[in-house]
Amino acid sequence: MTLADTTAPDLSSAANTAPVLRVDDLHVHFRIPGGVMRAVDGVSFDLRRGETLGLVGESGSGKTMTSLALLRLLETPPAQIDGKAVMFEGRDLLRLPEREMTDLRGSRLSMVFQEPMTSLNPIMTIGRQIDEPLVRHLGLTAAAARARTHELLGLVGIPRPAQAATVYPHQLSGGMRQRAMIAIALACRPSVLVADEPTTALDVTIQAQILELLEQLQQEMGTAILLITHDLAVIAETAHRVAVMYAGRIVETGPVAALFAAPLHPYTEGLLRSIPRVVRTPAAELPEIPGFVPAPGTLPAGCAFAPRCAYADAACHGTRPALQPALSDREVACWKPRHG
Amino acid sequence: MLSYITRRLLQSVPLLVGVSIIGFGLMHLAPGGPLAVYTLNPTITNQDIERIRLVLGLDQPVHIQYLKWAAGMFTGNWGNTFFGGRPVLDVILERMPATFLLMGSALSLAILIGVTIGILGAVRRYSVFDTLATTGAMVALSFPTFWFGLMAIYFFAVRLGWLPSGGMFELGEEGNPLDLLRHLVLPAIVLALVITAIWSRYARSSLLEVLHQDYMRTAKAKGLRPRERLLRHAMPNALKPLIALLGIELPALFSGALVTETIFGWPGMGRLFVDALNMKEYPILMGMIMFTALFVIAGNLIADVIIALLDPRVRLS
Repeated sequence: MTLADTTAPDLSSAANTAPVLRVDDLHVHFRIPGGVMRAVDGVSFDLRRGETLGLVGESGSGKTMTSLALLRLLETPPAQIDGKAVMFEGRDLLRLPEREMTDLRGSRLSMVFQEPMTSLNPIMTIGRQIDEPLVRHLGLTAAAARARTHELLGLVGIPRPAQAATVYPHQLSGGMRQRAMIAIALACRPSVLVADEPTTALDVTIQAQILELLEQLQQEMGTAILLITHDLAVIAETAHRVAVMYAGRIVETGPVAALFAAPLHPYTEGLLRSIPRVVRTPAAELPEIPGFVPAPGTLPAGCAFAPRCAYADAACHGTRPALQPALSDREVACWKPRHG
Repeated sequence: MLSYITRRLLQSVPLLVGVSIIGFGLMHLAPGGPLAVYTLNPTITNQDIERIRLVLGLDQPVHIQYLKWAAGMFTGNWGNTFFGGRPVLDVILERMPATFLLMGSALSLAILIGVTIGILGAVRRYSVFDTLATTGAMVALSFPTFWFGLMAIYFFAVRLGWLPSGGMFELGEEGNPLDLLRHLVLPAIVLALVITAIWSRYARSSLLEVLHQDYMRTAKAKGLRPRERLLRHAMPNALKPLIALLGIELPALFSGALVTETIFGWPGMGRLFVDALNMKEYPILMGMIMFTALFVIAGNLIADVIIALLDPRVRLS
């Protein structure tokens, strides 16, 4: 079985609704000695109600920066966030006063982080950490918040919720800690959840459980999820649509099944080819993409992938391709798309 | 917890023995002795001096003197002073309130101001305030306490005449709390100055480290307001190294108090120690050394226990 055979979850109900989050030309810059580092360089995408959009790319492709910029969690300075707009529930997050942004974070727009160990306060009980957003955003009393916390802990599959609320993060396993993080993020039923590599720090068996939990909670709450990962298998399992990032830009988007079956961008093609498969001819070497991701600040004038691309010609090196609609519900930024 | 405290206390016994041996040895290595003052007194003959030497037990070898003193300590007898023959413990305890008043006020002042400066500096890192605070702390740390003491006396007591230059009470005002306060201001501020500088630096770096932790980003992602993030998440985590610092800084506080008390004529244990040093009052010197050693050991133990209570990850074992 190849990854492309995996059937994407049903999208028919979600596909025709308006996007809950519309990112238009997002930029994240850092001033560095001798220039500007463009960590995110004009990223645009839509996230529809109730869907999961996978944002995939290698380390350093700008996917985490994109997610942190959405919630404005980057420290500015040194970072500088720009763009046309990030429209969320009728408001432009890029131009929202910090006070209003604070009201949105954790209530309408939440985030789950990669490291459940360091992302929880080590000297505060799990219960108090889940109570906080409930008291802050829903105005619950301490007692009501704790009752809701117990419900949430049960909802994310932590056994004996009342007891679990009284323990400290170091007393829980990695998987349980990530479940607690998810409980914090979903406490106020946000309409968008940004999950930045939520399973990377976990065992493979636990990974599957956490992804399943996210999917189940998504169905219950109708939350749209932006799932950031470098793991294509995770995307294949959970995402409806996928956006592939390379060197701070999105190079291809589309429904998971179609994109995995017939990648348009040579980079996507290379990524899919380099997935190790359990069954393969013994002598075959795992294909890899030659070269390295260009260091931010040293991007070529044309297509950023051109130096590593087998199909590149003069046009590719000369002019940067824009993200263009291609086929049905797909986009690609390439002068020489593969299956175009 | 209790067994831990007991074990720590037992561990401190060899430490105290070591401190006493070194203290006793160094004291006797210093030239002169308690009887040196009599050699220049024409009314006291050599025979008198020999008799005093015999009475005080100073004719015996040093190790015998030490063992006699140590045996007394084990039975709770701190010995008697050479000049006056009063119990050493009484003399020390008599001076304790003055010193603890000075150290307590200086330390409270220093922690309050130092930690506040540190927090503001960390939250507004590289701001004008932070730069000024950093520079100020460096200046305070670069000058010795006695210089600040002399400057304070010169400006506030001599030139401006706002505050008394020394002592604890004016004549006839003994026991008047307002008069005590007036006398306390200058020595407390001078003693607090260096400690404030140290605390502001530690508080700043401790808080800065915490502010960059992942859980602070989580607190922000939850929608907590800046004040909630600082007070509920950052401060409790930043507090731990500061409490450890409190234990570590106790000896420095004692030596600072010694200098300050001497400059301001503050009748505390620091002055007692300096006077005893000049007169080679061995029993008082040894008593003071043991008293401060006990105090520092107890302070560090208390700091460790508080840290264990603050941080559920710390197990005392």
